[in-house]
Amino acid sequence: MVDADVRLGLSGSDLAIRNKTFHSALTMTPGTLEGISHRFLRVVAEHGLQESVVDFQDCNGIPSFTVNADAVEACLRIAKENNGYDLLSDCFGVDRLGFSTPHRFEVVYSLYSIAHADRIIVRVALLLDEPCPSAADVYPATVWPEREIYDMFGVEFTGHPDLRRILMPDDWVGHPLRKDFPLGGEEVEFSHNVREQESK
Amino acid sequence: MQSSDLMSERSTTFPAGIEVERHHDSESGADTMTINMGPSHPSTHGVLRLVLELDGENVVRCTPHIGYLHTGIEKTMENLSYYKALVLTDREDYLSNLCNNLAYSLAVEQLVDVVIPEKSQVLRVLLNELERIASHMLWLGTHALDIGAMSVFFYTWQDRDLILEIKEHMSGVRTKTSWICPGGLRGDMPSGWYERVESFLNQFPKRMEMYEGLLSNNPIWLERTRGVGVLTPQDALDAGLTGPSLRASGVAWDLRKSNPYSGYEQYEFDIAVGQYGDVLDRYRVRMEELRQSYEICRQAMKRALAMPGAPVRTNDRKIAPPPKAELDTSMEALIHHFKLFTEGYHPPVGEALGVVEGPRGEKAYYVISDGSNRPYRVRIKGPSFYNLQALPKMCEGRLVADVVAMIGSIDIVLGDIDR
Repeated sequence: MVDADVRLGLSGSDLAIRNKTFHSALTMTPGTLEGISHRFLRVVAEHGLQESVVDFQDCNGIPSFTVNADAVEACLRIAKENNGYDLLSDCFGVDRLGFSTPHRFEVVYSLYSIAHADRIIVRVALLLDEPCPSAADVYPATVWPEREIYDMFGVEFTGHPDLRRILMPDDWVGHPLRKDFPLGGEEVEFSHNVREQESK
Repeated sequence: MQSSDLMSERSTTFPAGIEVERHHDSESGADTMTINMGPSHPSTHGVLRLVLELDGENVVRCTPHIGYLHTGIEKTMENLSYYKALVLTDREDYLSNLCNNLAYSLAVEQLVDVVIPEKSQVLRVLLNELERIASHMLWLGTHALDIGAMSVFFYTWQDRDLILEIKEHMSGVRTKTSWICPGGLRGDMPSGWYERVESFLNQFPKRMEMYEGLLSNNPIWLERTRGVGVLTPQDALDAGLTGPSLRASGVAWDLRKSNPYSGYEQYEFDIAVGQYGDVLDRYRVRMEELRQSYEICRQAMKRALAMPGAPVRTNDRKIAPPPKAELDTSMEALIHHFKLFTEGYHPPVGEALGVVEGPRGEKAYYVISDGSNRPYRVRIKGPSFYNLQALPKMCEGRLVADVVAMIGSIDIVLGDIDR
């Protein structure tokens, strides 16, 4: 172990961070869908998908709906075509390792309607190694961000046209934005004489 | 047989070390070759690598490869306290530092639920518009330089430098000031600062006339930009384009108008909208934006000068340190000051989105708090990341020489893309 760490050029603080454990003490208060009337919910109900919307949260003024993974494409299509959310503002992943939630990852679609000047968030909760259906057919702008989520969190997108790493090198091992990926400690290149330097 | 002989003969004409991959499509009879543009190519504005498949001079396919400037800023921010993470926002999109500061501050202020004083709102607008002018000046110079108009670059650099001097006068730092922070501004403007801004603004309209004179009616400029890299409104929305590049395609959407923040609703200005969505329109939209930014700066200056001595930082001790004078007399204030800058503050569990109209488009910070002193997750939405997604669509079927013009016209910053 020590030898490998020397080869990696790890300092004591790097090791401390790598060995840090996360406490699952945090609970997310489950939201309630009762009493929420939003035009997204209404149209989703008209399409018979109200069972797929499982949670609601108010993110400082932005309504956020959690939908089941199998219905995410349909729900996003409704949001785009029936609710006028024509712009994909952003799409990103969240790792909930530190929270005591049943799911591990979230894929968050932040949508914007230019006509109504408002936003909603549609999110999918995923278990570890659970694939997520790609939204690239509905919002072509998700092609790159979904690649980024794949790269950073290791979430597989089914039906994605071009699922490759985007920011990290193709031969990189691991997914850096996962909470159990250490900060620091990546292999130092050109380390052939580390041991000589250490012994001096 | 004959063609392969020809190929081998051709490949020997390249000097050693330059390899060009050639393909022959037997169905269509097309000969294409694949070349690398970048990652270190002056016209790619950073370290962007494009793999171009060419049929003669025409681009058949363009594949951007990004990530050369990836520094893991999101991950690093998750391991710093809220106040320390602020300095990293300067370093992702390094040409619109104050706009990034503002987006992050807006998100954190929502989380801790704090109201900031009127004067800091005004100064935030003023600083953001100065930043927009500085960023557009850099864009104008490099864009013109890419297309071959060299002299514009020297002039725009002078103007940008004046704004950097304004920032230096304010903070002692030329670019990465972190001057906009959660809770307001780090400090009030020093004496002589407003005069410096005033003198910059006084000469600015004349400079704009000069730039227009150099480019707007220049036949070579028009030839190189008109009808090049056309994006229809639907194409632009599909790629997730925002900012001036989206407006040039005819979509009238500006966050300063649609979802005003920091009191933008109190300022009179127009937003420029293009008609054809080509490189020329994107140039025109940004030129008009520069004039509108100038107008906003004038109005903000008037407001700021009417409030001498007003506070520029919230007096909510939860996130703002006690005033310096208090530290000399009060032990509690000293302890609080120390705790605030070592441990930091603990926003309640929640999520907030801070979003501003940056020079390149919608700049958004999505901050998730788990109740600790460090953000659990910071997502940085880089507008350039989405804007670059539109490049392959624009390039298809165009000449190689136009690719350079198109990259310049979407005004990408690689720090914003790779983060």
